[in-house]
Amino acid sequence: MTATASSAATSGVADDRPYLEVDDLRVQFKTEDGIVRAVDGISFALPRGRTLGIVGESGSGKSVTSLTVMGLHNAARTRITGSIKLDGREIVGLDDEQVRRMRGRDVAMIFQDPLSALHPYYTIGKQISEAYLVHHPGRKAEARKRAIEMLDRVGIPQPKKRADQYPHEFSGGMRQRAMIAMALVNDPSLLIADEPTTALDVTVQAQILDLLEDLQREFNSAIIMITHDLGVVSQVADEVMVMYGGHAIEFGSVEQVLRSPQHPYAWGLLQSVPSLRGNAEEDLDPIPGSPPSLINLPSGCAFHPRCAYKMVGGGPCDLEVPELLPTADAGHVVACHLPENERRRVYEEEIKLGAAQ
Amino acid sequence: MSDPIVESAGTAVKQPSSDGTPLLSVEGLTKHFPVRQGVFGGKALVRAVDGVDFSVDRGQTLGLVGESGCGKTTTGRMVVKLLESTSGRIMFEGRDITHMNRAQMRPLRHDLQIIFQDPYSSLNPRHTVGKIVAMPLQVNGITPPGGVKKRVQELLETVGLNPEHYNRYPHEFSGGQRQRIGIARALALRPKLIVADEPVSALDVSIQAQVINLLRELQREFDLAFVFIAHDLAVVRHFCQRIGVMYLGKMVEVGDRTQIYEEPAHPYTRALLSAVPDVTKIGTEGRERIRLEGDVPTPLNPPSGCRFRTRCWKAQEKCAEVEPPLLQIGTGQQVACHFPETGPVS
Amino acid sequence: MIRYLIKRLVLAVLAMVAVSVLTFLLFFAVPTSPAYVMCGKQCTAHDIAQTEQRLGLDQPIVVQYADFMKGIVAGRTYGSGELAVHCDAPCLGFSFRTNEPVTSILARTVPATTSIVVGATVIQLVVGVGLGMVSALRRGTAFDRAAVGTSLVGASMQIYFFGPILLLLLVYQLHVLPTPGYTSPLADPGMWFEQMLLPWLTLGFLNSAIFARLSRAQMLETLAEDFVRTARAKGLSRWRVYARHALRAAITPIVTTAGLYLGAALGGAVITETVFGVNGLGRASVDAVNQLNLPVVMATVLLAAFFIIVMNVVVDMLYSVIDPRVRLG
Ligand SMILES: Nc1ncnc2c1ncn2[C@@H]1O[C@H](COP(=O)(O)OP(=O)(O)OP(=O)(O)O)[C@@H](O)[C@H]1O
Ligand SMILES: Nc1ncnc2c1ncn2[C@@H]1O[C@H](COP(=O)(O)OP(=O)(O)O)[C@@H](O)[C@H]1O
Ligand code: SF4
Ligand code: SF4
Ligand SMILES: [Mg+2]
Ligand SMILES: [Mg+2]
Repeated sequence: MTATASSAATSGVADDRPYLEVDDLRVQFKTEDGIVRAVDGISFALPRGRTLGIVGESGSGKSVTSLTVMGLHNAARTRITGSIKLDGREIVGLDDEQVRRMRGRDVAMIFQDPLSALHPYYTIGKQISEAYLVHHPGRKAEARKRAIEMLDRVGIPQPKKRADQYPHEFSGGMRQRAMIAMALVNDPSLLIADEPTTALDVTVQAQILDLLEDLQREFNSAIIMITHDLGVVSQVADEVMVMYGGHAIEFGSVEQVLRSPQHPYAWGLLQSVPSLRGNAEEDLDPIPGSPPSLINLPSGCAFHPRCAYKMVGGGPCDLEVPELLPTADAGHVVACHLPENERRRVYEEEIKLGAAQ
Repeated sequence: MSDPIVESAGTAVKQPSSDGTPLLSVEGLTKHFPVRQGVFGGKALVRAVDGVDFSVDRGQTLGLVGESGCGKTTTGRMVVKLLESTSGRIMFEGRDITHMNRAQMRPLRHDLQIIFQDPYSSLNPRHTVGKIVAMPLQVNGITPPGGVKKRVQELLETVGLNPEHYNRYPHEFSGGQRQRIGIARALALRPKLIVADEPVSALDVSIQAQVINLLRELQREFDLAFVFIAHDLAVVRHFCQRIGVMYLGKMVEVGDRTQIYEEPAHPYTRALLSAVPDVTKIGTEGRERIRLEGDVPTPLNPPSGCRFRTRCWKAQEKCAEVEPPLLQIGTGQQVACHFPETGPVS
Repeated sequence: MIRYLIKRLVLAVLAMVAVSVLTFLLFFAVPTSPAYVMCGKQCTAHDIAQTEQRLGLDQPIVVQYADFMKGIVAGRTYGSGELAVHCDAPCLGFSFRTNEPVTSILARTVPATTSIVVGATVIQLVVGVGLGMVSALRRGTAFDRAAVGTSLVGASMQIYFFGPILLLLLVYQLHVLPTPGYTSPLADPGMWFEQMLLPWLTLGFLNSAIFARLSRAQMLETLAEDFVRTARAKGLSRWRVYARHALRAAITPIVTTAGLYLGAALGGAVITETVFGVNGLGRASVDAVNQLNLPVVMATVLLAAFFIIVMNVVVDMLYSVIDPRVRLG
């Protein structure tokens, strides 16, 4: 897969072999209303020390992708095909117990709402040491020491005292720090952060993003940062994957995707976002319509009902699903029927000026 | 669009807008919530809003920004009288409405409306869209010419919904569409001022842009004034002519768009702006960023003097002793700081 | 915590006093003289006056209440001279019908009721909660469907319907169990167990149905919580996620319901004891009502109120132990 090759190639880290390789991943849920194709053929790769940003609107399949990597779906109601390799080891189809052993040790996760993601009845210290103890059984005293150490490391003052407090006694930002401490307690090689700052204030968001960057440098872990905020992505990601309706529609380095995006949906996203620069008197330029239902995805290019550049009526957009194909830029892949030179022209002439620069 | 409501609404005393009286002006607005504290402790006061002044002109939008818990929602709710203020004065069209009771407020209810943040919980799931939007008309006993139904359908059209959605229920709509229903309801009485509490925070970026455009359009068309509460500074910049920055129950800076975004004077405003991650800045690493440490202190026991001093990098002794008053400075905005910053942001 | 406890206890005591005043007023301030009612149809005016005097009914109501309360603390003597009867503290009244202090009636009947209620509670917690939990964890399977079906039947069934059927079947037809009744477990534990088995199973099964439904719903709700996902993301084993994380959170409302059920069970005992002919508190109070034996009725009402109030306090205490967020109250 092109994306795979690209991220490995652009990675400047000594260990160039990707730690995480996802190939043609498909996840389907059986529901009463029909089959939800939440993720429909996604591939990417990520080496240690690098950050992949996944962006897209709600329901585009971002969380499902990450929960699949963690092996957290209910096997009875989920159909997973394709391949997910962690450090070369296939985990799709692996038995529950083996996936469990790797969870929290090799791959850890932090969630959007730290208050509801922490157990209300246990102290922060207990919850962190528990995460350590699962993978280091019997080392209780060490686990507590480690919990306090991690709390200190993520910037919580008086970690000893704080370890004995409950989540409701922490502020939002501190809870997210505690979640991070818990996720990193076993030195995981891959950290998945699903909208970790969406529920936080900008000032606290900035603190958390800085902290993650710091910790990444220190532990050399790979990070998947899921968010709908292009600003956040631009700040932390090395590579970006844009998702729409369960598909990856554009993938490339952060420069490629945010500075010279080639997919009409990515243009739409960039133009919708209000910015701190540019003319505030002008109306925003939103994407018309709303995100599609994954049960009944539009035919052909899932974005075509909202796309201003669609070619329909015998044209390919409503008939054929566009493939994720390489562009002239190494590592930049896009799924759109528009010819590449046309995409470049439209972006340069119509979009770039409109989008806040 | 014609305006059949205003006549039938019979709004009392029409204030000419050209005499310089602001539509809404608020002085020393304060809300203290009594709470029980600690195991043996007695009553304590949460100083949610503590002496806030601002005004809003006809057809103008004032944005209120600040970190969570700084008192934005409380201020908004006091303005529309969903919450009784502890002290201070609220003037609407030159009339003191601070202590008006329900009956006295009734004629003013037409002019003052509120839109809530959560598009899911703010609509009654058992009522049809038609009923929800018609509710303010019915409660106030208004029959617009052409009938309630026609009026509601007009409203739905105004906010970009299909009038045929009249008989549908809220759960059949997406978040953005629900927010439009909430806006249609707020518009039903053809208000002069709408308090919008984080109306786009729960929406996806593309939908958020649609709703902001809708609000801007409505403002132009109906000469609406807004108090727009949001934590997203970029959104506020796109919708608000004036911006008030709040911190821990205080207004720390008020100014127009250029003043606040180009030459912010309060250290807190600068810090807030600097924390916003900006797509257009990729690659510009090493950009001077102001990083605030820690969290907002508790409003139960705010710091003495300047409330921001515990996180301010410029704080001096004076800041702990004397509370800085909100004063106009050279660039035109009002700032509450002993040592305001000068010059444009980097 | 201590402050909360004290506050709660004071409230409980106040509630008890309020209940006692109310009960007192209800039974002793009725227009018809209680003495007349107690004495029976053939009473002469003299008899009535005598009874009234013995009971202290000729005193103002406030004094009567004070006497009653004093009796609880210090004991009291009814009547004077030859007719005097003494009632040791805690004196809850004197049953002239059966010529014994009310407390002896209670002492005789309470163990039977307690046996039934405690036994049934154990069953409903073990079977009901267990069933509900397993069914939540196996949601959608045949087991779950069977459990949901059974508990639906159980929850809509009544003891005066279900009880006699079992009684007929197991005792009178198949003779696998002796006639239910109460034997002190100290005297003959085997007999106690066998005789109690039928009431336990009946009441336990019916209540289990209710607890199974409640626990299933609670557990399903909890399993969907974010913190359960976090627990799994840590790599905890399935069992540990359920037991330590989900169960702990799901159990709170179950504890509440169980506590309140236990408190109210004394009231419920009436039907169970009547159906199975066990001489318990419920039966005693029904008999007392039938015989218009007011002191006994009053004492049982007070006792039932006492249990309900105590269980309420216990539940609140447990709550604050389980959930750190309510610790300060
Ligand atoms: N009913 C109440 N009782 C006690 N304290 C309250 C009450 N309502 C609000 N507060 C407190 O008042 C302060 C201001 O609250 P408010 O809801 O106005 O904040 P906000 O600026 O709207 O925050 P957000 O951005 O999170 O919506 C907070 O500290 C809050 O905890
Ligand atoms: N367990 C599930 N069963 C059925 N549908 C699901 C499940 N989890 C997620 N989905 C659906 O999959 C789609 C993608 O969801 P998600 O990945 O959570 O989106 P997001 O991009 O906002 O994170 C959504 O339509 C969602 O409703
Ligand atoms: S494939 Fe067609 S519809 Fe889809 S984004 Fe490209 S131009 Fe638009
Ligand atoms: S008054 Fe002092 S502490 Fe407050 S913002 Fe100004 S410089 Fe900082
Ligand atoms: Mg998500
Ligand atoms: Mg608010």
